[in-house]
Amino acid sequence: MQEDKFLKKLCDIYKPEKDNLIQMLNEVQEHYGYIPQEAQKVLSEFLSIPMAEIYGVVTFYSRFTLKPKGKYSISVCLGTACFVKGSQKIMDRLTERLCIQPGETTKDGKFSIDQTRCVGACGLAPVFTVNGEVYGKATVKKLDEVLDKLMEE
Amino acid sequence: MINLTIDNQKIKVPEGTTILEAAKQAGIDIPTLCFLKEINEVGDCRMCIVEVEGRRGFATSCIQTVEEGMVVHTHTQNVLEARHVILDLIISNHAKDCLTCTRSGNCELQMLATKFNVLNVEFPGEMTKHKVDDLSPSIVRDFNKCILCRRCVAACKNVQHIGAIDVINRGFESCISTVGDCSLNNVNCTFCGQCIEACPTGALHEKESINDVWAKLKDPDTYVVVQTAPAVRVALGEEFQMPIGTNVAGKMVTALKRLGFDKVFDTNTGADFTIMEEANEFVKRFKKNDNLPMMTSCCPAWVKYIESYEPDLLPHLSSCKSPHQMFGALIKSYYANKMGINPEKIYTVSVMPCIAKKFERQRPEMQNDGLWDVDNVITTRELSRMIKQANIEFTKLEDSEFDAPMGEATGAGAIFGTTGGVMEAALRTAQDTLTGKSLDKIEFEQVRGGKGIKKATIEIAGKPIKVVAASGLSNARKILDEIKSGKADYQFVEIMACPGGCIMGGGQPIKSSKIRSEVDVRKLRADSIYSIDEKSTIRKSHENPVLKKIYEEYLEEPGSYRAEKLLHTNYRKREKYNLDR
Repeated sequence: MQEDKFLKKLCDIYKPEKDNLIQMLNEVQEHYGYIPQEAQKVLSEFLSIPMAEIYGVVTFYSRFTLKPKGKYSISVCLGTACFVKGSQKIMDRLTERLCIQPGETTKDGKFSIDQTRCVGACGLAPVFTVNGEVYGKATVKKLDEVLDKLMEE
Repeated sequence: MINLTIDNQKIKVPEGTTILEAAKQAGIDIPTLCFLKEINEVGDCRMCIVEVEGRRGFATSCIQTVEEGMVVHTHTQNVLEARHVILDLIISNHAKDCLTCTRSGNCELQMLATKFNVLNVEFPGEMTKHKVDDLSPSIVRDFNKCILCRRCVAACKNVQHIGAIDVINRGFESCISTVGDCSLNNVNCTFCGQCIEACPTGALHEKESINDVWAKLKDPDTYVVVQTAPAVRVALGEEFQMPIGTNVAGKMVTALKRLGFDKVFDTNTGADFTIMEEANEFVKRFKKNDNLPMMTSCCPAWVKYIESYEPDLLPHLSSCKSPHQMFGALIKSYYANKMGINPEKIYTVSVMPCIAKKFERQRPEMQNDGLWDVDNVITTRELSRMIKQANIEFTKLEDSEFDAPMGEATGAGAIFGTTGGVMEAALRTAQDTLTGKSLDKIEFEQVRGGKGIKKATIEIAGKPIKVVAASGLSNARKILDEIKSGKADYQFVEIMACPGGCIMGGGQPIKSSKIRSEVDVRKLRADSIYSIDEKSTIRKSHENPVLKKIYEEYLEEPGSYRAEKLLHTNYRKREKYNLDR
């Protein structure tokens, strides 16, 4: 029910203009940590945009997700610079330890993994981020340390 | 006018012409794939690239407009090589199972592969895999055959304003799908089938059901009755390389008899019943000013649209079933009774230009005493396949007449197949009913032609009646908006979901992008329909002797208890999306 309130408020703030779609999706993503189907339905009616089109936008941009992200959203850069510096090893370690694949969230909702392209920190390659915080010159050992600390919480 | 040179030919074309169009005028046929005239002009696939002197790279000729003094080459070595690579890349991620594809022989990708002599798969890499969606009663989507040209998306979103499908995901994972990647059955699709007509490959096709028909035809205990819609006869010949719009009614009837149908009836007769009931309903509503404007209900895609988009306006919809449903109900009641056949042994098949009819016939309202009005619906395309499978040389067939007693139809029934036709047929009967005379005015030019919205004011018995005929769901939307905002002052509204009406339905022979660019398919088929009307000796539904007889013997009068039970229906609010799978 609380969800309805948020969406209703969102529709009060914005004008029913198609151009507002991305901005509104941003707010939805921020609020829920993902884009619930209900929100797509509400925006579809409000902005007169077919749901398929909204779904197309949500699946196009990697910043929008259809499943709730974990408390700690970990992204590993697989862009060119990071990749040649061995970021795949970091990704492999991460999926091995958390037992989930990129795009998934652990059952307890604590961790989610994403693969990203360049985060603009090639000088620090390879990098991974935790909730937007960048960890540069990453190694499997460094990742393990970060994970150990987060898991203890 | 702009002067330019294409492949060494000097030509003059109006400003704003695309290179593709200009080339066409010079007799040069640049290959295209994603291009669909006036529907999808986006330059996506780059099949139509050409070289323009003094310019780097290639120009996409379907969207690039001509400029003064332009020198264009459409088949330089560079162009040919690049085009080949583009084609190879498209083919690399296309399911190449042409032998088992319904579009084999009528596939634009296959035609290009033949034209460019593609002999091997240059890039045999990874392919995207999609599950086939065949859950809806009307449309099968097999996106393993999709080449992402977006023609279907444009037809659904831009032409029909539905947007049931769109591009989802990105990069290699891109595909055309629905919200949540669920079946078309669970979303706002109206089953108009314009996406099928737009698809260059076999990624979209109707849910075929001819095997069920074959089985019934071979069963000696089943009395199989077929009826054919008005729009089928002006398009079926196209599947046998006859000119577009040829009226093949006589040959079609012969073919159906040869296929083994016990009786071949004419949906046009059913349309005459629809007019009787609809005109009667209109006259009643008009006199009482009750739920006006009245809107036609012959088109099942339109009915599904209003049920899910504007359920509050449902009382405006005529309660009449569509012609083939009415006719099916009469075949299993009046006709069965008269011939002494157990209606349970009768199997009714409708040949329709439409795939939404496959959905309509399964609506629970469409039965009477536990029997479906119509047991199976096949499209014009499916009928052509049956004729071919039965080794019938269609073009050499003699003509035959529809079977009596339910094969006699009027010109009014014939024009049901085109936008404005239902309106015109209803007006012919309504004016006679309201004036109590048989008027000579038969043709209502104002509601004819290919325009999406046709408004007219017609004076009947001294009273002006405002009518509008709209085709294409985006035009239907405009009319609904007018009604909602109180701006509409019409009394009678005709809507057909497909632009141009049933003659351009989703079950009709598929015309390639090239043909659709060069020929006005709608006009050719419509002209043929109007010529059937013109040649008819009886042109008003209420003057059909068969219909008079059945009303006398069985139905009593339009709107009677029995007529209501057999020929009318009701509607319900539908959710646009049912996503809780």
